[in-house]
Amino acid sequence: MALKSIKRREKDLTFLEKLYIPEILKGLTLTFKNMIRPKFTFEYPEEKFIPPSSYRGRPVLVEDSNGEERCVACGLCSRVCPALAIEVQAGETEREKERYPEKFEINMLRCIFCGFCEEVCPEEAIIMSKDYELAFSNREDAIYGKDKLLVPISQIQDKIDFLRQYK
Amino acid sequence: MPKIKIDNNEIEFKPGQTIIQAARDNGIDIPHFCWHPELSISGNCRICLVEVEKIPKLVIACSTIASEGMVVHTQSEKTIAARNAVMEFLLINHPLDCPICDEAGECKLQDYAYKYSVGESRFTEEKVHKQKHVDLGPRVMFDGERCISCSRCIRFCDEIAKSPQLTFVQRGDHVTITTYPGQQMDNPYSMNTIDICPVGALTSKDFRFNARVWDMSATKSVCPGCSRGCNTEVWVRDNKILRLTPRYNPQVNSYWMCDHGRLNTFRFVNAEDRIDSPQLRREGQLIKVGWDEAFAEAVSRIKSFAKDEVAFIGSAYATCEDNYILAKFARSVVGSSNIDFVRRADNNFGDDILKQNDITPNSLGAELVGVSPSKSGLGIEGIKKGIKEKRIKALYVIKEDFINVDPEIENMLSKLDLLIVHASNQSKTTSVADIIFPAATYAEKNGTFVNFEGTIQRIRPAVSTVDADRALDGFEMSRLDKFGTSFDRWARGTKHDAKATWKILTSLAGLLGHKMKFKMAEEVFEEMASIEAFKGLTYDDLGEHGVKIKTGNVEEKVNA
Ligand code: SF4
Ligand code: SF4
Ligand code: SF4
Ligand code: SF4
Repeated sequence: MALKSIKRREKDLTFLEKLYIPEILKGLTLTFKNMIRPKFTFEYPEEKFIPPSSYRGRPVLVEDSNGEERCVACGLCSRVCPALAIEVQAGETEREKERYPEKFEINMLRCIFCGFCEEVCPEEAIIMSKDYELAFSNREDAIYGKDKLLVPISQIQDKIDFLRQYK
Repeated sequence: MPKIKIDNNEIEFKPGQTIIQAARDNGIDIPHFCWHPELSISGNCRICLVEVEKIPKLVIACSTIASEGMVVHTQSEKTIAARNAVMEFLLINHPLDCPICDEAGECKLQDYAYKYSVGESRFTEEKVHKQKHVDLGPRVMFDGERCISCSRCIRFCDEIAKSPQLTFVQRGDHVTITTYPGQQMDNPYSMNTIDICPVGALTSKDFRFNARVWDMSATKSVCPGCSRGCNTEVWVRDNKILRLTPRYNPQVNSYWMCDHGRLNTFRFVNAEDRIDSPQLRREGQLIKVGWDEAFAEAVSRIKSFAKDEVAFIGSAYATCEDNYILAKFARSVVGSSNIDFVRRADNNFGDDILKQNDITPNSLGAELVGVSPSKSGLGIEGIKKGIKEKRIKALYVIKEDFINVDPEIENMLSKLDLLIVHASNQSKTTSVADIIFPAATYAEKNGTFVNFEGTIQRIRPAVSTVDADRALDGFEMSRLDKFGTSFDRWARGTKHDAKATWKILTSLAGLLGHKMKFKMAEEVFEEMASIEAFKGLTYDDLGEHGVKIKTGNVEEKVNA
């Protein structure tokens, strides 16, 4: 009776497996293979990861080659943002497009990097950059104003080219 | 009544009505740009084209008189095709300005483009360009490219404001709006053209670019600029009033309000000089104190006077509720019948359109709830005299810059032993007061005003204070209000520490040993409803448009 209750394993070890050594060798081969394989980790921060163009890093505002922002403060990005991260206050300017953002703030603690703002912007003025380095030590620092958001167009040209092709 | 059939619904109409009016009265909306229920028919935009059986061509619903047995189709293939064609035509020269256009979000052209247009343009040529920054008048800007030449603004100036100042010039696709030579559009109702302009061609210089309409909350209120009491909407973002717009009320102001009311009756709510905490005079200086300290001081000092030495000044700027509680406080708590309020008239203000010479919103209400001397008490002149002769030693003033009424009073007030003031902003009167209580403005509380014709109307809180919370007290909320936290800069709008006058008085009464059990303005109103004129009314009865009450001879007395 007692013998019957001993469960047999679903699959017993074969003779070779029971020998143990071939399996050790198999394992070691994998180890040595990986030792000579090219590595894909980075020595961050000395060495930086450069993401592909489809990457959605922090949203930035495009500063055109004439040094002015493209944004016309229409507020659509602020409206579409599901996390309510963006605050825009429009003002009047003498420029041809009579409206500009007097204040433009993104709360990076609210931003969820969905890229909706980039998608909705009628002026191609807000772009999800490749910048992923976001560290702050208090809540106030996490609110980025125009000073931090405006980025010269030359620095994000590749992102813009990508968007023009695939958006 | 005769009947017509619109889209298989049989509806009744009044003889002489047009198709669009008959449809509207029965809840069917026929699209329209140039037609406006209060303006003459112009029939130029053509978006209201409908198919009428037995008429070979489509007709415009705004100028076709309904007749017995007419069968109208607003959704037929032909009608839809015509509408789409009109939209395409209107959009040919229309700029792609929506992102920089203030009208976006409340633009008829934008809405109809979604509803009635296929959304494709076959026009590849260069659009006609027109002037974009035209100063039409001191308060209104004009953008020629956005104008769809509906002529509503022209008709408004001619017919409602009674000052023809605008006209069309040029022809065809170059047609544009301008003022007559040497004139400006500066009539006192000019800003209504901004509301009725179906597009963003006319914008308010005061509000331009201030906020997107979808970011604000809109609260139904009443203008406190004069005794007309025009119905308004108060638009608030981040707890700050950004604009007022008129709200339709057929008995009071129709669709309109005057520019003075629109521009000048909200700034003091946002102003820098708001009284932000109770203040007491100590050694000649006003110092900020807590509510409890101010209450205690007021109670002990009021107690030190004989009842006939105290006088009360109510206010035609305050609500019925405030004035009612003041009258009750004076008569049954302090026991004085020296109570009256200041009547303010500006004989240059009124006109025969909306504006009234009585530049306060509630003189009739103040009178009705008992802010007037009874036989034994002193009226305003008596009180002034009493102060001069030192028979009145303490004065309690609510919501009234008393000194401003009459500069002579300034010297008189120094004779007083005690001056208690409820005020929302600093004024000459507060600068000489002994105790100041910060009072909530009309935009921060519930209450009622009675206009010059005896229509009693509700005001509702739109701006939150320390005392009244937007969410908990059921204010209108924008989406920003709903989701803002204290960590969001945009949610940190200023909140003043002010209370409704009736609330302050109720607390004082309690400390003086007369409990008044009111928690909400509505409860004050319920008790007030025992007064003959308000018999049995509740806030619910007043609804959005108010109720006309019997004011008896009080009306003649006030309007005299
Ligand atoms: S959507 Fe674009 S143009 Fe509009 S406010 Fe945002 S960034 Fe500016
Ligand atoms: S008027 Fe209307 S459709 Fe034209 S730009 Fe302004 S919002 Fe857009
Ligand atoms: S400015 Fe506005 S109201 Fe006046 S004609 Fe043009 S579209 Fe119509
Ligand atoms: S007419 Fe009187 S109530 Fe109406 S908007 Fe003007 S000031 Fe206000």
